[in-house]
Parts: sequence; C-alpha cells; structure tokens
Amino acid sequence: MSLLTLILFLLAGGGVAALASRWNVNAPRWISLAVLVSAGLWLLGTWQGGTEQGLYAIYHQAWVPQFGISVQLEMDGLSLMLVALTLFLGLVAVVASWSEIKFRHGFFQFNLLWTLAGVVGVFTALDLFLFFVFWEVMLIPMYFLIAVWGHEQRAYAAMKFFLFTQISGLLMLLAIVALVYVNYRGSGVISFDYHTLLVAKIDPDVAWWLMLGFFVAFVVKLPGVPLHTWLPDAHTQAPTAGSVILAGILLKTGAYGLIRFVVPLFPDAAEAFRWPAMALGALSVVYGGYLAYSQTDFKRLVAYSSISHMGFVLLGVFAANQLAAQGAIMQMIAHGFSTAALFMMAGALQERLHTRDMTQMGGLWKRAPRMGAVTMFFVVASLGMPGLGNFVGEFMVLMGAFQADVGTTVVAALGIVVAAVYSLSLMQRSFQGSPAEDAEPLADFGARELTVMGLMMIALVALGIYPQPVFDMAAPFVETFLGARP
Amino acid sequence: MSGADVYSLAPYLVLTIALLVLLLAVGFARNHLVATAVTVTGLLATLIASVMTLGAQPRTVLHLLHLDGYAGFFNILFLIVAIVVCLLAYRYLSGRRGELEEFYILVTTATLGAMVMAASNHFATFVLGLEVMSISLYAMVAYPEEKHPPLEAAIKYLVLSAVASTTLLFGMALIYNASGSLFFEDVGKIENARFQIHLQIGQAMLFGGMAFKLSLVPFHMWTPDVYQGSPAPVTGFIATVSKTAVFALLLRLAADGSALTNPVVVISLSVFAVLSMVVGNLLALRQSNLKRLLAYSSIAHMGYLLIALLGLGRLPEPGFAVAAAMIYLAAYTLMTLTAFGVIASLSSAQAGDDAQTNKQYLGLFWRRPYAATCLAIALFALMGMPLTAGFVAKFYLVAAGVQGEMWMLLWALVIGSAISVYYYVKVIYDMTVNDTPDEYPHPTRGMADIPTIIALAVGVLVMGIYPTPLIKVVQTLIGDFGS
Repeated sequence: MSLLTLILFLLAGGGVAALASRWNVNAPRWISLAVLVSAGLWLLGTWQGGTEQGLYAIYHQAWVPQFGISVQLEMDGLSLMLVALTLFLGLVAVVASWSEIKFRHGFFQFNLLWTLAGVVGVFTALDLFLFFVFWEVMLIPMYFLIAVWGHEQRAYAAMKFFLFTQISGLLMLLAIVALVYVNYRGSGVISFDYHTLLVAKIDPDVAWWLMLGFFVAFVVKLPGVPLHTWLPDAHTQAPTAGSVILAGILLKTGAYGLIRFVVPLFPDAAEAFRWPAMALGALSVVYGGYLAYSQTDFKRLVAYSSISHMGFVLLGVFAANQLAAQGAIMQMIAHGFSTAALFMMAGALQERLHTRDMTQMGGLWKRAPRMGAVTMFFVVASLGMPGLGNFVGEFMVLMGAFQADVGTTVVAALGIVVAAVYSLSLMQRSFQGSPAEDAEPLADFGARELTVMGLMMIALVALGIYPQPVFDMAAPFVETFLGARP
Repeated sequence: MSGADVYSLAPYLVLTIALLVLLLAVGFARNHLVATAVTVTGLLATLIASVMTLGAQPRTVLHLLHLDGYAGFFNILFLIVAIVVCLLAYRYLSGRRGELEEFYILVTTATLGAMVMAASNHFATFVLGLEVMSISLYAMVAYPEEKHPPLEAAIKYLVLSAVASTTLLFGMALIYNASGSLFFEDVGKIENARFQIHLQIGQAMLFGGMAFKLSLVPFHMWTPDVYQGSPAPVTGFIATVSKTAVFALLLRLAADGSALTNPVVVISLSVFAVLSMVVGNLLALRQSNLKRLLAYSSIAHMGYLLIALLGLGRLPEPGFAVAAAMIYLAAYTLMTLTAFGVIASLSSAQAGDDAQTNKQYLGLFWRRPYAATCLAIALFALMGMPLTAGFVAKFYLVAAGVQGEMWMLLWALVIGSAISVYYYVKVIYDMTVNDTPDEYPHPTRGMADIPTIIALAVGVLVMGIYPTPLIKVVQTLIGDFGS
C-alpha cells in the first residue's frame, strides 16, 4: 500500500459505508471502524519499516505535466506523527458518535472518512497544487458534517466555517500561482514541487506579499486572533465527531501549513514578520483564554481554549529555534488529544443532559463519577500540568520564544495562568458542587467510552513523561526547518 | 470551391442536411419522438464530422469563414449542448399541448448560427450567425406560449437584443467607414486620419453591443428576467451556447484586429470586468430564485472571462490567454448546463413555473439524491472547488492574470469568488435540510433526464480531476490562432 492507496482506501471506505447503510443501519459504523483500524495498522507497519533518506513513504506520479503538477506525497517523521494522530482521532470520532447520530448513518460515515482522507492528503502532499486541492476538498465533507448533523444554529455555523476557510484559501491560491510564476521567470521551469520552490529566488518585496497570502490562510485555520471568529460557532454547533475532528486535526492543518510552508518557503520574509506573528500568537493565547473564561456553554469554552492553545503554536513556529519548533510540534499533538477528549466529554454530557449550559450542570461528579474523573484528568492536562504532554509543549515553546522575543513571551506566559482559571472553572461549574435534590443518577461512561478515553490518557502521560521519541521523529524536519533560515 | 473546402465545411453541411431532413420529417408526419431522434442523430453526425475535421489544416472558406481548430473546439461544445438540450426538452415539453416538433428545428438553427459565429472572421458572417442564433432563441424562449413568463421573457429578450444588434451594426458601419473593410483583421486600420473618431466610436459601439450580448454589468439588466422566464432547457442553451459563441467571436475579433491597442476599449472592458465580477456576485446574494441566482452568477463568470480577453494584449505568450478562455468556456458550459439540466429535470412545460424558488429545493438531497448531487457538483464547480472543472478553469485564469500582472482584476476575481461562495453554499445547504414536506408536484420522470445530468456532472468531475488531455488538445488547437 502506498500513500496514495492509503488516501484512496479512506475514500473508498467512505463510499462503501455510504452504500452499506442501505442494508444495515449499523454497518457503516463498523465499516468505518474497520477502515480506520486497518489504515492504522498499515501506518504502524510503515513506521516500523523505517526510513529511506528520512522518508517513511513516498509516492510520485505526474498529474498535469504541462504545469509541472504532480501527485507528490511524502511522509517524513512530522507527517507520520500527524497522520497517526489523524487516524487515531478519526477512530475516536467514530466511537464518540456511536450513539449520537440518529439518522443517515451511511452519509455521516462517508463524510467523516472523506474529511480524514483530505486531512491525510494535506499532511503528506508536497506539491503545492495538490496540497491546495486537499486543503479545499476536506472542507466539503466537514461542511456537511456540521450542516446536516449539527445543533440548533448549524446553518449559520457551517456557512461561517466554509466562508472563512474558502476565502482565505483563495488568497493562498493566488499566492501559490504567483510563487510558481516568480520561480518560472527566474529559472524557466514551471513546477509546483515543494523542493523546487524551496530554493526559488524571490524578490524580497514579492516574497513578503506571497508569505502573507499563505499566512492568512493558515492563521484562519489555526485559528489566530483576529481571524478566529468562525471557530467557536463551528465547534459548538458541530456534532461531537465533527468537533473532535475540527479541534483535534483540522486546526493542526493550519499549524502544519505554517511550519511546513510559510517559514521554509519565505525564510527572510518570515524573519521580518517575526514580531507581528509572535505578537498575534501571544494575543491569541491571552485573548482566547479570556474569552474561554467568560463562556457558560461547555463546548464553547473548550472551543475558545483551543484558540489559546494554538496561539502557542504560532508563537513557537515564528520564534524559529529548535526548542520552540519542537515545542510547537509537541503542542500540536498533545492538544489534539486533550481537546478531542474534552469535546467528546461535551458531546457525552449533551447526549445525557440535553444541554451544554454549565449553569444547568453542577454536581455531576456525584451523578457520574467516572465521567468526573476523566474530565478532571483532561482539564488538568489542558491547563498544562507538568507530567502531561501539553506542559512539555507549552514549556518548550515559551523557553524557545524567550530567546527570540522577550516581550511577547512574557505576555504569552500569562496565558498559562488564564488557562488554570478557565479550566478549573469549567470543572467547578459542571462537576463539582452538589446536585439538585431530584437529580437522577446519570448513565456513566461505559466500556466503549472508557477505552477511548483511557487510550488518550495513556498517550498524554507518555508524551509528558517521555517526549523524546516525538522530538527524534521531528528532528530531521526541524533541522531543515531551521536550515531554511539565513 | 475545392474538395478541401468542402471537407473543412463538413460539419456545417452535415448540420444543414440534418436540418432539411428534420423539416421534411416534421412536414411529412408529426411525431415528437421521431423529431427528437432525427435531431439528436443529426447533431451526433455533425459532432462526428466536427471531431474528424478537428485536425485538418486551418482554411478560410469563401473568404468569410475561417475554419480552424479554434472554431472546431467551440463547434463541438455547441453540439454537445444542443444534444443535451434536446434530450432534456423531450420530457420537459411532452406534457404540453400543441405542436412540439418545431422546437427541435429551432435548436438546430440556433446551433448552426453559433457555429457560424465561432468560425466567423468577417462582419457579414458575424451578423448572419448572430441573428440566426438570436431569432431562433426568441422563438425557443416563447415556446410554451400558453404561459405568461416565457412570453414576457421572449419579448424582453427580443426588444433588448434587437437594440444591441442595431448598436453593433452601427458600430460596424462606422468602423467600415474608417477602415474600408469588414474583415476582423482590418478593425484597427484607418484609411484616412479624418475618420479616426469614427473608428473610436465604432469600436466603442461594437464592444458595447457585445457586452450586452454577454450581459456584462452595466448591460446586464435583461439577464435575470430572461433566465427566469425561459423554459429551463432553453435557459441552459442561452446561458451556455449564446454566451460562448459571442465570447469566442469577441476573442477572435480581439486577436485578429488591433482593438486591444485602443486604450478606450481596454479601459472600458476592464471596468466592465470589475463591475461584473463584483456587482454580479453581490446581486446574486439577494436571490431566492435559483434561475435568477444562476443568471447573476453567469454575469460574474463573464466578468472573470474578460481577464483572459484582456490578457490577450498583455501576456508574453498570448496563446496562454486564448487557452485560458477556451478552457474556461468549456468548464463554464459544462457546469452551467449541469445546473440547468437539474432544474429542467425537476420541471415541466405543463406544470406551472419551473422549479426555481429555494423552497422547492429544500431537502432535495433526500428526495432526489441523484439530481441533488449533480446540482451540488455543478455549484461547487461554479464556486471553483478543486477536483471540478471550475477549479481548473479558474486556475487558468489566475495563471493568465498573474502572467499579465493584472492585479486589479485578480483582486476583483478573489473578492467576487469570495462573495459567490455564500450563495452557492446556501443552495447546497437548502438541499440538505432534513424532513421537509414535498411541496412541489414532481413531473413525470423521463428516461433520459437523470442519465444526461449524471453524464454532465461526471464530465465536470473528470475535467477537474484529470484535465491533462483537454489541456493538450487545446494547446494543439490554438497552434496558429491569432498569429
């Protein structure tokens, strides 16, 4: 199985799941599960298979030779980790939506798998045209997930999500075409290949504008303040599986774009843009945290906390030293687990209580102790408790960023305090206190949910206690990433 | 006329013969099915002839028709549309009382007119082609004459179109006065410096008339009303063939003559382009009627296309601009026709108005999954989503714009496309709404409708996923164009 077959396999799995709903309501879920598990097994095999020139897998095939466009898929350590995260959270999403989705099961799983396929494409494509194709195409199934199975305001949220991403994507398209043209004028070769464009000579003025085109597209997806307003709506209105994928994976595509494309393609422009970008990152950290604290909606709070956490990634990428870059990558992965778990919890609560409003919660720990304990764990992870993955990521980003720019780092460090405030207030308002007199016991987590949550806990603890494997995997990329700087 | 001339003219001759056969068949015995079958066969034969003559050496036949690969490409496009329209019209019209067979004669003549325009290199063939096409279209629009909206649309189209035609004719007369020739290549020539002003005004009138036919802002007023009132298959024909034919001709006119060196023409075309992209999309936002929405979106698309036309004068390799226009027109034709095909498949000449209000599309995904999926594909393509024809086309335009460094127009393209996302997605959202009462009485299902629109939608996807062969064909066809 090559990388292309992996993507096609996910796509085909989606198709089969959609058709299977005709003869059995349960079939689509099981098919999805089977597809994701076998894709995961393949990935495991590829990982064990080791690297060849730093790549675990590579696929190349000419596509539109007239424009130098090819299907160029490569998987290095960074891509491998992110693809693994994608498949794992895909599995989480399937499990999380096991009983939540009540209608059109086949179409739901279809959209889920197609989104995942698009994301895998984004994480592995190293042809800018192909990257853009995946970037846009993953939107459509995600849009349907929100628009069809979302909550009360799904129309508004889905539209906002689509508009933000699509419009910023147009800027990126313009930037991509212009970049290719600049390279063509300089070298006489039309090519969308990442490696070719990496060494393109670009006029500094032009590079600045091109970098901004990419930057805006990725910061919308990240999301960074002030382009974040789509996120709380989309996350809150999406069904649980949608939120898990959005927060766990789709935000990482933005972060990935920054680290893989923006800085390496335009090192000088990125250097010049360091302070504004880091300031935006710090602003996201603090402002996102501040907004999170003011929410009464469980899901919305978690959504805003994502803005805060992804701010660290922005900070780390543009600080651009080894510590910060490694920290940003760590933060991407750890945040994927912790937020996915919290969104799954929000979904589980909504399914049981039919509300996300924390003013109507309180005392849930007594009614569902297992859920309480699980939530406690992830809340603590999210506020950056040492020993868990998020701490490693945030701490390293701050250490690295401090060397690059003191002012923004100090501001961002305040975000850790804010994180403690909103995280604990989330816990307090929903789970602690005493339940109402007439409250009946809730259906606590069963084996299905506990298994998934347990796996994510193990992952976060492992990342927190022994993060070295992640650093080793990312090291070759980080080296080239830093090498791209003058 | 030599044998080679006849060979080059084969598509035109075959279509004319088919037209005569059809006339005789209808005169001999009226039968809707037979008339449709004869027409489709004739169009298919012409399509085959066009494909066969595609590789032939470019020839100017009878001085007035330049039969090259460029014309052949558009002829194939027109014939495909005509076949689709006939297939869709069969079920659409079959409920209507009265004679139905003449409709197919009109489709054939309109196609012939469009084909003449694609090959025209002289004002005489220009006017001939344009009028043959337009006059057929007036009658096609008014074909379900028992209903009010088609009649209104036909009158509106007739009057306004005639005004545009006279403007064109007057412009041609002024140009002739200055240059003493009716060939496109002489459009910029001046026999006598005294007539400089005639040439200027003539060119302005000429391009103004063309802008009307392409429904560019500010000459767009007629479009939504005509789109809304016309029967859906005919709207599909107007939106694709009549626009494409005019644009193909305009491009040849611009490439052969030196109109694009006239700053007045360039500036006004640029203004039309920006206005069309922005205003067209803004007005589309406010529509709750799918046909009107598509009308405004087509205005915007014609605005995008002007980037390719203006690129002709600015690109280091003008051939790229021509290729961009051809690819865009092909993609635009496919996706627009898919959209109108879906509307036609949900409508009927006898049952009230066509399905076009947004209420009629609520929950269409669950009621009519195939039609809804095809419409969604068409709308995503019009939006410019990757893996659809619309993206390849938009990509070409952006590439042309970047090469010509036409940043103003590119910004308008980005802003226009950004606005357009909203209204296209809105329609798609409406189609996903759950559990809606089925308010619209379904027309009887035709045999050909769903397969036809599925074939079109698949075409949109194939062109988007694997455009390489089409790009190759276009690159070979434009070999000698405009040189």
